[in-house]
Formats: sequence, C-alpha cells, structure tokens
Amino acid sequence: MAEQKQNIVEIRHLYKAYHRGSLVVPVLYDITFDIVAGEFLALMGPSGSGKTTLLNLLAGIDKADEGSIRVGDMDITALSETELAHWRANHVGFIFQFYNLIPVLKAIENVELPLHLTSLSKKERRDHAEMALRMVGLDHRMDHYPKELSGGEQQRVAIARAIVTDPTILVADEPTGDLDRVSAEEILAMMERLNAEMGKTIIMVTHDPRAAQRAKILRHLDKGYLTDDDSQNPL
Amino acid sequence: MAVPLSYSIRNLWQRRLTTILTVSGMALVVFVFAAILMMAEGLQKTLVDTGSYDNVVVFRKGSTSEVMSSIERKQASIVEMLPQVAIDHNGRRLLAKEVVVLISLQKQGDEKASAHSNVVVRGVEENSIPLRPQVKMVSGRMFRMGSSEIIVGNSIAKGFKGVGLQGTLNWGMRTWTVVGVFDAGNTGFSSEIWGDVDQVMQAFRRPVYSSVIFKLQNLAEFPASKGAIETDPRLTLEAKRETRYYLDQSEMMAKFLRILGLSLTIIFSIGAIIGAMITMYSAVANRIGEIGTMRALGFHRRNILAAFLAESLLLGFIGGSVGLFFASFMQFITVSTVNFQTFSELAFKFTLTGPIILQAMSFSLVMGLIGGLLPAFRASRMNIVEALRAA
Amino acid sequence: MMILKILFRNAFHNKLRSGLTILGIAVAILAFGLLRTVISSWYAGVEAASTSRLVTRNAISIIFTLPISYNEKIRQIEGVKMVSYGNWFGGVYINEKNFFPNFCVEPRTYLEIYPEFVLSPAEKKTFLADRKGFVAGRKLAAKYGWKIGDAVTLKGTIYPGNWDFVLRGIYKGRDDTTDETQFYFHWDYLNETIKKASSQMAGQVGFYMIAITRPDLAADVALAVDKTFKNSLAETLTETEKAFNQGFIAMSGAIVTAIQMVSFVVIIIIMAVVANTMAMTTRERIGDYAIMKTLGFGGRDITVLIFGESLVITLAGCLTGMILTFPAAAAFGHALETFFPIFIVSTETLYLDVLAAILIGCLAAIIPTRQAIRIGIADGLRRIG
Repeated sequence: MAEQKQNIVEIRHLYKAYHRGSLVVPVLYDITFDIVAGEFLALMGPSGSGKTTLLNLLAGIDKADEGSIRVGDMDITALSETELAHWRANHVGFIFQFYNLIPVLKAIENVELPLHLTSLSKKERRDHAEMALRMVGLDHRMDHYPKELSGGEQQRVAIARAIVTDPTILVADEPTGDLDRVSAEEILAMMERLNAEMGKTIIMVTHDPRAAQRAKILRHLDKGYLTDDDSQNPL
Repeated sequence: MAVPLSYSIRNLWQRRLTTILTVSGMALVVFVFAAILMMAEGLQKTLVDTGSYDNVVVFRKGSTSEVMSSIERKQASIVEMLPQVAIDHNGRRLLAKEVVVLISLQKQGDEKASAHSNVVVRGVEENSIPLRPQVKMVSGRMFRMGSSEIIVGNSIAKGFKGVGLQGTLNWGMRTWTVVGVFDAGNTGFSSEIWGDVDQVMQAFRRPVYSSVIFKLQNLAEFPASKGAIETDPRLTLEAKRETRYYLDQSEMMAKFLRILGLSLTIIFSIGAIIGAMITMYSAVANRIGEIGTMRALGFHRRNILAAFLAESLLLGFIGGSVGLFFASFMQFITVSTVNFQTFSELAFKFTLTGPIILQAMSFSLVMGLIGGLLPAFRASRMNIVEALRAA
Repeated sequence: MMILKILFRNAFHNKLRSGLTILGIAVAILAFGLLRTVISSWYAGVEAASTSRLVTRNAISIIFTLPISYNEKIRQIEGVKMVSYGNWFGGVYINEKNFFPNFCVEPRTYLEIYPEFVLSPAEKKTFLADRKGFVAGRKLAAKYGWKIGDAVTLKGTIYPGNWDFVLRGIYKGRDDTTDETQFYFHWDYLNETIKKASSQMAGQVGFYMIAITRPDLAADVALAVDKTFKNSLAETLTETEKAFNQGFIAMSGAIVTAIQMVSFVVIIIIMAVVANTMAMTTRERIGDYAIMKTLGFGGRDITVLIFGESLVITLAGCLTGMILTFPAAAAFGHALETFFPIFIVSTETLYLDVLAAILIGCLAAIIPTRQAIRIGIADGLRRIG
C-alpha cells in the first residue's frame, strides 16, 4: 500500500485584504495547507470568516496579496489576468449557490458554453455537452431554458457545465444553499459520486452541516485563520 | 467569437420592447439620412441625365440659367459655322437655337390660388429633336412648325391643371393647343413645354435666343470648340458640355438639401446614440451576474466586450435595415419643386443607389458602435468577485 | 417634504441613466426647436409681408417685364395711395457663393411704401441724391464689412457687365421679421445704362409695388389693376404681398411638408425612449415602493414620486435643450444664411418645448404608476431579493 498521494493544491502563506478607499480590511491571514488529488474537502466557518474568499483565490477569480497557490503544476499567483482566464477555462469547474446559468441559453447550450473556449469543433462540443448532461441525468431536458427547470435541475445542469471541460478541480460555493432538502440531497449525492467514481477533487464552501457531512475532509476558518488543521470528518 | 452570437441575439429578443424602441430610433435616423441623400441624388441625376455628354450648350457669359441668357441672331450664326459641329448623313448641321422662358401655371390638386410654379417653355427648332434622344412621344403627335401647337412633358401634363392633351394655354394674345405629350424619362425635359422657337419668340416679343445647342462631331473636340467660342471677340458667350451645364444648375439646391439634411440627421443621430447607450447600459446592469459567471468560466475581458458590442452593432444593423427598407419606398414618390437656381419647375424622384445604401448602413453601424462602446467597456472591466456577489 | 427629498434623490440615483435620459430629451427638444425655426424662417417672408401692399407683375410669369407707362395708370386707380416699381437685378458680388437679394427700385416711393426699412434722414438724403448710390441692410453690410462711402461692384447676370455702386445708407429693420440682407439701388441707373446699349430692354419694370389706403380694399384694387391691363400685350397679375410671398413658398412646399412631418415623428420617438426609461426604472424600484407601502405611504405618495421623478427628468432635459437651442440656431442660421436671412427662435417654440416636456413626462409616468400602485406588497417585496 502506501501509495504516495499527490498534492493537487498547495497553498503557502496566503494573505488577502480588502481595500475600501483608505480602509484596509484583512480577510485571510497566513493560510497554509495542501489538498490531495481526489479529495472532497468542505470549508466551513461563520459568515465573515473568509471561506468564500479562500475559494475565490483557489479558483483563480481573485488575486492574493501575499503567498502562493499551486494547482497541478501551475503557480496561479504568478499568472496575469489573461493567463488566469485561460487557466480557469481548462482547470476549474464552478458550482454556484444560485446556479448562475445564462437565462437566454438552453440547458445544452449552457453546458457547451465553456467549450467555446477550446478548439473543439461544433459537433465535438455538442457531444461532450450531451455526455455531461447524461451523467447528471438531464439529457432529456437539454433543450429547456433555465426558467423551465426546477432549482435542483438547474443545479444539475450547472454541475454538468462544471465537469464538461474535465477540470482539475471543482469548486462549489454553497451548492445547496438555495435548494429544498430533497434536491439538496440529490446534488450532494451527485457530488459524492463524481468524487468517488471519477476521482474529481472537490472543494466545497458551506455552512450547512448536512452538506459538510458528505465531504471527506473538513476544515474550519474563523476570522481569516484556519482553526483546525487536518481534522478528519467526524462522520 | 468566443461568446456565441446567439447569446447577443437572444438577449435582444428577450428585452423586445426596449430593443424595438431603440431600433425604431435608429431606423428613423437612417430613414431621414437616406431620404435626404436620395433626394439630392435624384435631383442631380435628373438634371445630369437631361444632358448628353456629346452635346455642347452655348449661352451668354455669366448667366446662371437659360432663362437669363440671351444670344443675338448674329452671334448664333457665328456659332453655327464652327467646324466642331457634327453633321449628319443628310448634311444637316446638328445644331439648334432655342429660346427659354418661364410661365406661371397652377398646380394640380392644390385649391389655393397661390400654388403656382414656374414652368419652362422651350422654343425649339427641328434640329432640337435629334439632339435629345431621351425625348419620346407617348400620346398625340409632334407639333407642326409655324403653328400655335405645343407639346408637353408628362410631368407637367400630370402635375398641372389644364395642360393635358387637347388642353389650351393663353399667352402673348394667342391660344396654344397641346397636341402631344412626351416622356423624357427622369430628366428635366419631362417638366417642360415645347413649341416652335420662332412662334415663341414672337409671342413673347423676345428677339433673341436663350441658348445654342450642338452635337460634337468628335468628343475630344470639346476644348477646341470651347476655346473658339470663348475667345472670339465678337461673341460674349460661354460653352459647357450639356451634362456639366445641367449639373451646375443642381448645385445650389443639392447643397442646400445636403447641408440641411445632414445637420438635422446628425442631431437626430445623437438622440439615437443616446437611446442606444441607455439601452445597453441597462442591459449590462441587468446581467452583472452573467458577466461574472462567464468571466469565472474563463472568458476574457475582450470576449465580454465583443459580446456586448455585437449586441449594439446588431441594433445598428437592424435599425439600418429597417430604415433603408422604408426609405426604398420613397422611390415611388416624385418631388415637384422649383429649382432655386433656375427658378423653374423640376420634377424628380427619390433615387436609391448602392453608395447611398452603403453610407446609410455604415452610419447606422457607427451609431450602434458609439452607443454600445462605453457600456461594453463597463461590462468588460468588471471585477469578477464583485459581479458574482451582485448576481 | 420627505417625498420631495426622496423624489430628487431617486431621480439622480443612477446618475448615468438620468444623465443620458436628460441629454436625450435635450437633443429632441433641440431638434424640435431647430425644425420649427427652419419652417418659420421659410415663412419669414410671408410674416414680414403686409396685407396693405400689393404686388403687380406680368401675368405670364415673373421673368417678363411690364412697361414703365403702367405707373401713371396704376396711380389713378381708386384706393391706391402710392406706387413704386423695381426690377430684380440678380447681380453677383465677387462670386456666386455670396448670394443676397439685390434690386433696383424707384427710391423715394419705395422707401415710403416700406417704413420697415429705417434709414437715418441724412443717409436717405445722400442716397436719393446719388444715382449710383445703394442702401444695404445692416446684416449684409456687416457680413462684408461695408462702410458708408465704400465702392462696391456687382457682376450683372441678367443685365451683363460690371456695375459700380457707392454705399450711401445702411438700413435697420423696424421689426425683427424684417430682412436686413437686401441691396437696393436706383432704377434710373439701370434704365439709363441699358438705354445706351439697346433701347429695347429699357423702360421696363419687373414689378410694381402698390400701397393701398385701407387693407380691406386689397381685393378690389387688385382686380381693378388687372382689369386695366387685360388684353394688352403685357397682362398683369396683382395680389397682396403676403399672397405673393406665399406663392414662392408653395413652390418648395414639398420640402416644407417633409420637414414638418419629421418634427412630429422626432417627438414621438423620444417620448417612447423616455417612457421606456421610466418603465425600466420603476421595474427596478418596485421593491422600494413595496417597502414604502408597508411603512404607510399611500397610492397618492407613490404617484407623486413617480410623476415627480419623470417630470424632473423631462424638465431638466427640456431646459438643457432650450438653452442649447440658441447657440445651435445661431450656428445653423449662419451656415444657411443665404437661404434663411431670418433665423430666430420664437417664444412660441419655447412654450411648445415646455409643453412637450410636461406632456412626455406625464405620459411616461402613467403606466409605471398604475403598476406600482396595483402591485401587492408581498409581490413587491419578493422582487427585491
């Protein structure tokens, strides 16, 4: 045994503050930790703890003031904005609390959207998107617009969109925050499957303890600091 | 285009009312723009087509229209002998001496007595006809030389009271009968009345001609003939190619139409651009979340910029097409007005040309571009995190 | 007062949108004002014309002349107070781009018939005494920098040759509708010069100007004049100056109509744009209005808010547009000076501007107000999240 598990994400001494005019409000202090490939990590903490900020930094949609983040072999803190955009398109899948689907695009088109940033042909895009939708069990609804879908279905389409580019990491910000209990269960089960069966690395921010339960590793943030290191999920 | 075009198109469709209003504003501006250009074009084309490139018009130096010009018989005879004058196979010199006066006629349809216009009465010789190949009789017959018979251009027959076939006019204490109607296509001649030059000169007591027109034996000989006429000390005359002569007569009015029209159009276009700006800013404001999402997914700032610019350019394109569509119907309308320069009646049609379509479309696209530029920049420069938060 | 405070803050809450809407309205008001001024300039000649002056010209068309002998005969007709005469000269000053109306007239009688042309007695005297003298309107003299005593030459187009004149008087218009761009010289100068060249064209006038004793005699005197010369070689057509000028305008009637139509369409489109903006804004504020309702504000307050906001925007735009109209009209008038010697923004136009703004502001607020009043509080609150 003792298969050396690879670190897919390495975070070192991350510091981030928000600037409002002349006011400086620190949000993250000296964050250092690793995420192993294939991990299903839940980040928890009270509101204002900086968990969403940490997620944003990991996903490359925000820039740290100090410190470094390596994802795969890439030090994303050294990338320019254009390079980051390119990187995100290929390495990150997003799942948002409010699904964030484009209202004027059908389900299949929403899932196809990230593929427009690749060099795939029209047919290849379509095929990949259909496959992703099939994986979340919604290929029979592919021509429906978001407003014609329930909350749970919309989130599943969002998940399909998140995995269609086969990203290195999946980041989810309160994925069940706007769902009823049944739909939330569905989504969490799906995420579990993606992690277990497809080996997807998932980093999820949540304050729902039921959601946190489904993750394998739990980390807590409070007032910008990681409070418990490496604690296994007490499930 | 990284962001699919269908995104832009469908967003326009989603906010249908706003899109329709903005497009209408642009369409109106394009319509006015195109209509003005069509009017000026129609005016100039009608006048230019009135002339033939191989004809030369000789008139008194300094006069801006045939009405003001006078050429004495002696002078006309000298011009007649010029070597550059073409001679047909019958040995006839293709040269005509004509007289042009204006008479006041009442317009058709308008009940007000003041709705008059000044119509050209042209006294012509037999040689005048071969010099004007555009002129064709459509009803009745040609007038007899030496009589009080006249023929009337079809624009006049249609637009004025009592001058159709068999109608009569009274001047110079004589009654003149319309024995024929002619069609000269879209040229100034369609707005004229023709009679025998000697009869007309007598009736109006004008012992001098207004102009001499001749056909060039050889197109290249125009400069030689011009030189001969203008340097001859016995003559106080000027010569121009017929096409040039008539083009010059349209300048004042074409210029007026263009200045008036263009300045009004520019003011309207500012309004249309503002309308487009309001629409696009509002569109951006409503889609902040989407913009953040797309940026998160990996779309670049320039992709976002392009997507929103595409939307406003589409607005411009649709507006331009609609405006041009309606403008093209103006081609069925004939404008009847007095040419400021010659003071005589001229009927012309709105004329749509390829260059006008191109100009109007470009204008519309530029309006879309300018209106959409700032909002598109705003969309592209958003901060991802803030945009997502605002969703 | 709280309502007003909220109203103003709301109106300028989204500065960009409000700013753009105000600008849009300003542009529409500007366009409307310019179009109306263009039309009234076109009719300026008609406005300035008098109904107690008649114009007599050759019945065939104005390019034909009348004999000078008619002068005496016209003077003797009942109702005629004074007769003058003149010809359109159509001379060119340096080149054709410098267009202005120039006439030769019988100076003494003409100036009597036109009290609107105000000349100082000294200038009038020198003008009458110098056969080669001319008077020019104030605007015309200013444009070319002519001073009293300057020599000016016109190139004749109808009467060929170079004609020399000396500026003897500059007239001011008595009314603001009086054309101050005209050029008058002695008919005798023309006549004597032509006589020397060829006697045929001499002794002919282009028009007779008749001042009548009472305006209501116009129709009778006109008929009498034309009757006098019926069946002669040069039959006459006499009408009031107003009708004569109207005839000219009717010649380009098509263009005037087109411009009038465009002015109306402009207003309608802008109304639509403003209405749309107000609707957009109200949609976004539904939540606010719902909250206010929970706090106890009633339908009337909401109405005041929405109407008020709409009117603040439209009137601000109207004011901006009206202010911009004046310099724009000045520039426009300058560029098209040769065609529109009179280019003044009338007070009537300004009243119409304000009326249009109020109308647009109210119309744009109607539907949003109905929506805001009708919507249930719960619905409204839901729309905020």
